[in-house]
Amino acid sequence: MTAALQTIALGKHFGALHVTRQVNLSLAAGARHALIGPNGAGKTTLINLITGALSPDEGQVLLGGRDVTALPQARRVKQGLARTYQINQLFSDLSVLENVAISIAERVGAAGNFWRRASANSHVIDEAVELLARLKLDAYALTPVRELPYGRQRLVEIAITLGQKPTVLLLDEPAAGVPSAESHIILDAIAALPEQIAVLIIEHDMDIVFRFAKFITVLASGGIIAQGTPEQIAGDAHVRAVYLGQGGDV
Amino acid sequence: MEQVARAAISILFDGVAYGMLLFIISVGLSITMGLMGFANLAHGAFAMAGGYVLVSLMLTFDLPFIPALLLAAVAVAAVSVLFERFLYRRLYQADELDQVLLSIGLVFMATAAITFIYGPSTVSLKVPAYLQGQIDLWIGLFPAYRSFTIAVGGLLILALWYGFEGTIIGVKIRAAVDNRRMAQSIGINVDRLFVIAFALGSGLAALGGGLAIEIIGMSPTFSLTYLVFFLIVVAVGGLGSIRGAFVAALFLGIVDTAGKYLWPDGGAFFIYAMTIAVLLVKPEGLFGRA
Amino acid sequence: MTELLDNGGGSAAARRFMAGREAWHWAEALPWVVAVAAFFVFPDYLALGTQILIAIIFALSLDLILGYAGIITLGHAAYFGAGAYGTGMLSAHLGWGEPISAMLFGGFVGGVLGFVSGWVLLRYHGLTLLMLTLATAIMLKEGANAAEEWTGGFDGLVGISIWPLLGSFEYDLWGKTYYCFALVVLLLCFLAARRIVHSAFGRSLVGIKGNVGRMHGVGTPVHGRLVAVYTLSAAMAGLAGGLFAESNAYVTLDVLSFARSGTVLIMLVLGGTGRLYGAFVGAAVYMILEDELAKLSPEFWEFGIGLLLVIVVLFFRRGLLGSLDDLRARSMGGGA
Ligand SMILES: Nc1ncnc2c1ncn2[C@@H]1O[C@H](COP(=O)(O)OP(=O)(O)OP(=O)(O)O)[C@@H](O)[C@H]1O
Ligand SMILES: [Mg+2]
Repeated sequence: MTAALQTIALGKHFGALHVTRQVNLSLAAGARHALIGPNGAGKTTLINLITGALSPDEGQVLLGGRDVTALPQARRVKQGLARTYQINQLFSDLSVLENVAISIAERVGAAGNFWRRASANSHVIDEAVELLARLKLDAYALTPVRELPYGRQRLVEIAITLGQKPTVLLLDEPAAGVPSAESHIILDAIAALPEQIAVLIIEHDMDIVFRFAKFITVLASGGIIAQGTPEQIAGDAHVRAVYLGQGGDV
Repeated sequence: MEQVARAAISILFDGVAYGMLLFIISVGLSITMGLMGFANLAHGAFAMAGGYVLVSLMLTFDLPFIPALLLAAVAVAAVSVLFERFLYRRLYQADELDQVLLSIGLVFMATAAITFIYGPSTVSLKVPAYLQGQIDLWIGLFPAYRSFTIAVGGLLILALWYGFEGTIIGVKIRAAVDNRRMAQSIGINVDRLFVIAFALGSGLAALGGGLAIEIIGMSPTFSLTYLVFFLIVVAVGGLGSIRGAFVAALFLGIVDTAGKYLWPDGGAFFIYAMTIAVLLVKPEGLFGRA
Repeated sequence: MTELLDNGGGSAAARRFMAGREAWHWAEALPWVVAVAAFFVFPDYLALGTQILIAIIFALSLDLILGYAGIITLGHAAYFGAGAYGTGMLSAHLGWGEPISAMLFGGFVGGVLGFVSGWVLLRYHGLTLLMLTLATAIMLKEGANAAEEWTGGFDGLVGISIWPLLGSFEYDLWGKTYYCFALVVLLLCFLAARRIVHSAFGRSLVGIKGNVGRMHGVGTPVHGRLVAVYTLSAAMAGLAGGLFAESNAYVTLDVLSFARSGTVLIMLVLGGTGRLYGAFVGAAVYMILEDELAKLSPEFWEFGIGLLLVIVVLFFRRGLLGSLDDLRARSMGGGA
């Protein structure tokens, strides 16, 4: 079976800094894959390479077996690859509804039409409302995003991305900065993701990682140092040394 | 044949002098834009101020040319500090549009103020006898004043080169142009650096404005008329690159001068087409950092 | 407001909310009432009035790209000028002076130029884009200067002769005909612009302006979107230019000048960007003030507009209309 997402010997330099080294990653449809590693390991950079926000110096990115390394970001999105951001990337003056509608309108091809009134795209609005209800954001639908508590803003971040109906979903520390009292809303949302989506999650909180992931990749200094099931990773001495040892709570 | 050669040399010479002038005025803009990222469309207003202060110093206070020129540059540099502290600094983090609008506003105000004080027509001054007429430079006779301008430009490049390569402050400025946050984190007082660079740039512009009176003329519309040329020098040369500003200024000076003689109608078109071509291929300019 | 969605009527409330975003407000009738009233109250000022209406169309076109899509340009006069020369040359060289089609031709020329230049330039950002737009407009002006045979060069394009509007309304000295013509064109341009900004396309522009990285992330073809709105804007600027050429029966290089690019930018910023009506207020205030003050003392006017610009940038960044909004919001907040 072809992988939903695969990287082959991906590499990237920032000047003298070798941030991504020979990264081979493979996610099957329905995968629940965690990417962990210390700060500055190059996790976000890897996501940027996969999505096309950055272009790699070497290696390839395959989506459903097709090489998309040369495609711009927007084209990869059209092929089902979507991501969330470590730092919220929202349209903060717009309502939650509009944030999600922008994304959905883009997916269904309504956003190229400059003559049709936005409010006339009822299928877009209905879908947005439905998505917000699914994420329990419907009570906030008409509120400007900047007035939302941080946890809910993180949820909007996810909602915009889900508006793309991705087949491959990359989550960059979705619960980062969310107070623990609120973090369950994020976890619930992740737990409720459609089963067939391949999900890659970057996360520092080991509770979340071990609860969620069926497979873990450990990144350090840009390279993969270990891959395996949660049990294997938890028992890996090398990983403990470089990563879990430094204040990790496992 | 000899006539053609002589004409070519004369065009080249005028072009170099004009280019030097553009360099002297624009180099400060290049440094400040590279350092602070500020789209300062009012840079030419400091040059214009230099020109008019020079005229006043010579006519009203009877100062000789060279001391008056230097004093004008220092005075403008000093006043520019006020602008930096009270106006420019507030918009370092703002977007380009705000910077453009603020500085256009300043250009308008400067133009109106100068017109009000000095009248709308071109001003002139009396350069000292030793800068009048021709001067013998072994290979032939050349206009003395333009030779002087070229010499000043040449000295300035050496001084700037030494200043940036050989002095602490120069190294700091270069470090801050390269990577402001890094510079800040190793304890460079970037804030003070901005003031110094801004004053230096404005002072040089004023010097150039003073020198410009005899070469390209000085009137209240000076800063608007030449604004685009200063910007071209900076953008084509590459923000923050002294070498780039020099090359671009010289090139622009020579091409513009040659164009005026050889192709009066189309020369300017050619310059803008070249500018666009360079920026399309190298958006960071010839010597800018990518 | 929020519980509306809770109570099951989610979609209906959401649709109502979205429709509310583009609903007409009674105050939107004001500028049109003023424009019509001015026709009867100030019959001696209709020539100025026509030029104001043209300036509003031009500023409106800039608002589409600057206020909504966040494209900063110092060369928007390129498209105004292209339209003016397009319309003017159609009459002066080909003898076609039917005002409506000639003006549409001006819009077409502006639009084509906008598409071509936008395609190339909109890959760049920040200072580079600023320089490129500036240089493009000036290059065009120098080109027009050099192509004297067609454009009249420095002396301007003469021999423009425009036929009566709709075959019956003659050009008149007081500018009645062109005032009405310009007002209708403005109304149509405004309706189009309003429609555009309230479409999903318009929303995506706001998204690009607010956070271009995220728009790439949701699959927006950003460059194509920007080229599209740039083309629409350039076409509208071209219409304004065409109208300008017809109402003056004369075109000079001035239509392509940096001063014109700068002025329209100032007008829009004075009125307020990203709100369509900012163009109305900014252009009208600017031109009326100019007409009054420049007569008294050109220096005073120039100094004043410079100072005003500095003050607006430092303290009233949202322009006249935006500041009015803020004031109202504050007084309402205080009253509640
Ligand atoms: N655009 C850039 N230019 C230069 N260096 C960069 C750039 N982006 C990231 N880096 C550097 O690359 C390294 C990896 O960064 P990255 O953000 O990928 O780490 P990360 O694993 O996501 O860390 P964190 O857990 O803190 O989010 C860091 O040292 C960072 O400073
Ligand atoms: Mg990261």
